[in-house]
Amino acid sequence: MAISVFRFAPKTWGAADDVEAVAPIPLPSMASPTVILSALMVVFLLLFVSIGPLVWRQSPSQQWLSQISDGASSAYSVRIVSDNGSWRPSAKSDAPLGLKVHAANTEYVRLHWPTLAGIERYRIYRADANKPGLGLAIGETADNYYQDRLQLSRELYRYSIADAETGLLLLSKEVRPEAAMSEFEAQLQGLIPVTNNKTRWVDIPAHPLGTDALGRDILARLMAGGRTSLFVGVVAPLLYISFGCIFGAIAGLMGGWVDQLAMRFVDFVVALPFLLFMILFRVAFGIGPGENGIMPLIVAMLMLSWPGSARLIRGQVLALRSQPFVEASRIAGVGTHRIILRHMLPNVLPMILVAFSFAIPQAIFTEAFLSFIGMGVSPPTTSWGALCNDGIKTLLSHPRQLLLPALFISLSVLAFNILGDALRDATDRRSGVVRA
Amino acid sequence: MLNFIARRLLSGLITIWFIATATFFAMHAVPGDPLTQEKAMSPAVRMQLEARYGLDKPLFEQYRLFMSNMIHGDFGISFTQENRHVNDIIREHFPISATLGIAAVLIALVGGVAAGSVAAYCRNRWPDRLVMIAVIASISVPGFVIAGLAQLVIVAMNNAADKTLLPVAGWGSVNQIWVPALVLGLGTMAYLSRIMRASMLEVLSADYNIAAKAKGVHGWRLFWHHQLRNAVLPVVTELGPTIAAITTGGFVVELIFAIPGLGRYFVQAVQQLDYTVIMGTTVFYGAFLVLVVVLVDISYGLIDPRIRLHRGRS
Repeated sequence: MAISVFRFAPKTWGAADDVEAVAPIPLPSMASPTVILSALMVVFLLLFVSIGPLVWRQSPSQQWLSQISDGASSAYSVRIVSDNGSWRPSAKSDAPLGLKVHAANTEYVRLHWPTLAGIERYRIYRADANKPGLGLAIGETADNYYQDRLQLSRELYRYSIADAETGLLLLSKEVRPEAAMSEFEAQLQGLIPVTNNKTRWVDIPAHPLGTDALGRDILARLMAGGRTSLFVGVVAPLLYISFGCIFGAIAGLMGGWVDQLAMRFVDFVVALPFLLFMILFRVAFGIGPGENGIMPLIVAMLMLSWPGSARLIRGQVLALRSQPFVEASRIAGVGTHRIILRHMLPNVLPMILVAFSFAIPQAIFTEAFLSFIGMGVSPPTTSWGALCNDGIKTLLSHPRQLLLPALFISLSVLAFNILGDALRDATDRRSGVVRA
Repeated sequence: MLNFIARRLLSGLITIWFIATATFFAMHAVPGDPLTQEKAMSPAVRMQLEARYGLDKPLFEQYRLFMSNMIHGDFGISFTQENRHVNDIIREHFPISATLGIAAVLIALVGGVAAGSVAAYCRNRWPDRLVMIAVIASISVPGFVIAGLAQLVIVAMNNAADKTLLPVAGWGSVNQIWVPALVLGLGTMAYLSRIMRASMLEVLSADYNIAAKAKGVHGWRLFWHHQLRNAVLPVVTELGPTIAAITTGGFVVELIFAIPGLGRYFVQAVQQLDYTVIMGTTVFYGAFLVLVVVLVDISYGLIDPRIRLHRGRS
């Protein structure tokens, strides 16, 4: 008959002798839909940042100056127009019958109309063609031509010419400018060669998620930012948990005054206000010119975050040291190395894994927070937190620029948290602890 | 009990010393020095400035001075805003942060305890599910995003009502406290409600709860005297770290809502590398947090004598 020291269950005669078998602990399923979903999410995020930039080959730092804060757009071609300031119609094209459009693109719209007797000055109006009314008065002229260069986009406009003195509407026409870019701007952006240039068309790639306030492709930036965020999110915990484990294991194994001293030190480090010192250390380890700030971030995290796992492992090692199976193997003459490797390590490994999986979302959050207040990675390197920092400046007009990186942060934090929970439940089953 | 309090206070003092030392040496590890500016400075001016800030002395002399000034409660003069004492900066800006923090802690505490209790009472029914979904959402969405979204909502609300129902940002009126405080307290509220739910579930199935019910206690009396008082203990332990999280989390909320608190000031000081302000605020914040944790510990010892005895032995 097995005697359980764990509970004083009234003995029911005739029932199974083994008390442990009476209430089987329900298996916390590693294969529940949420867990599978979050595992898939993690895989997706990893693929997104690793394979993504190979598939979506746009540079995250390329600025498309004609597409500042645009929504989702598909690829289109842009005409390169030479931009020589003022314009007047050539002599032979004089006297059109109605309102004539000589050229209509997003760089300029050139209008030309017949000279009308008795009118000294003309006033030109531009309106959104879908709305009634004359719209914006964009200029006045005494000539019978006008060039509009004011913030044009690829929408349908209605131009109206009116008498400047009486306000009498004379002519009106709807115009849709085609996409264009001035030669100078295209050269500036490196789209066409500066010398010996014969290009008349340039392809503007698609931006499935739009562009940010500096005209950069958001999808490409999300991929580049995700690399930084996930790199910091995985490498920093890996380092500080390893360090904490070694520290805690040494303290636990040595015992005595070493243990006391080590744990006092841990107490002090724990008492440091985390975010304050994160910022402080981040400044202290500084960044020279040309550095991206990832290393100081990881070092700062390493210096502040290790005590948690050190305490955990020390407690476990202390508990394990007095376990019968460890004592038994010591009596049997097993060496210290072998005891650590064969008996202790397998017993603490699940805990380390659980601690690690909870540390990842924590680190992602910390990085995002620091980058958000401008104390994280420095440009041109970007991260999801830095993208949020860019995005919050245009929050009221273009909320997408904040919400997209925020969505990625939230999804990754959520996925890692759920995986951590599942991992904890699965390892808890082994030690027989039931959680509410 | 006195012994317990004395021990906690002593360890708190040592911790504050550790924080101050770490701050001092971290600041002095910064590459370059605070007087290096874009504009070239004549050696005479430089020497004058170094003497003014005590930078011409050896490192340990500086450390000794810093410590003795700090013990006298003097954090020095700001580097970027000359003639402004760090003490004045703290005195001016900390009450604002503290007001915001207290409001946030209250919201988090009341909201967390209420939500956790409701979730435990309605275990596995829709209120429980709802609370848990809200908890997961507010744990996985960063605070600055919640703050931004809150501003969007306020703007949309104001636009819909065609007048200013709630100010979007700023500080000064009572209406400007609630939204930032709620945003600031939300994460903590979620965390506390999770703890509260677990401990309430434990209490609900405890023997004394069943005994009280069997005695005929019911309604609010059962809830207040028998369930809440026991279930709230784990929440009280979390109060210290909670206040720490809320005060340091205040940076972002203060930045986004344009609240002139110490947190925003600290971030600005860090960005401008204003060393004395950084050191002063860090030590001040650190000491404040340590004090809060010690007070919470002592109050916990008062509420639950088991803790005092247990800790006394270790």
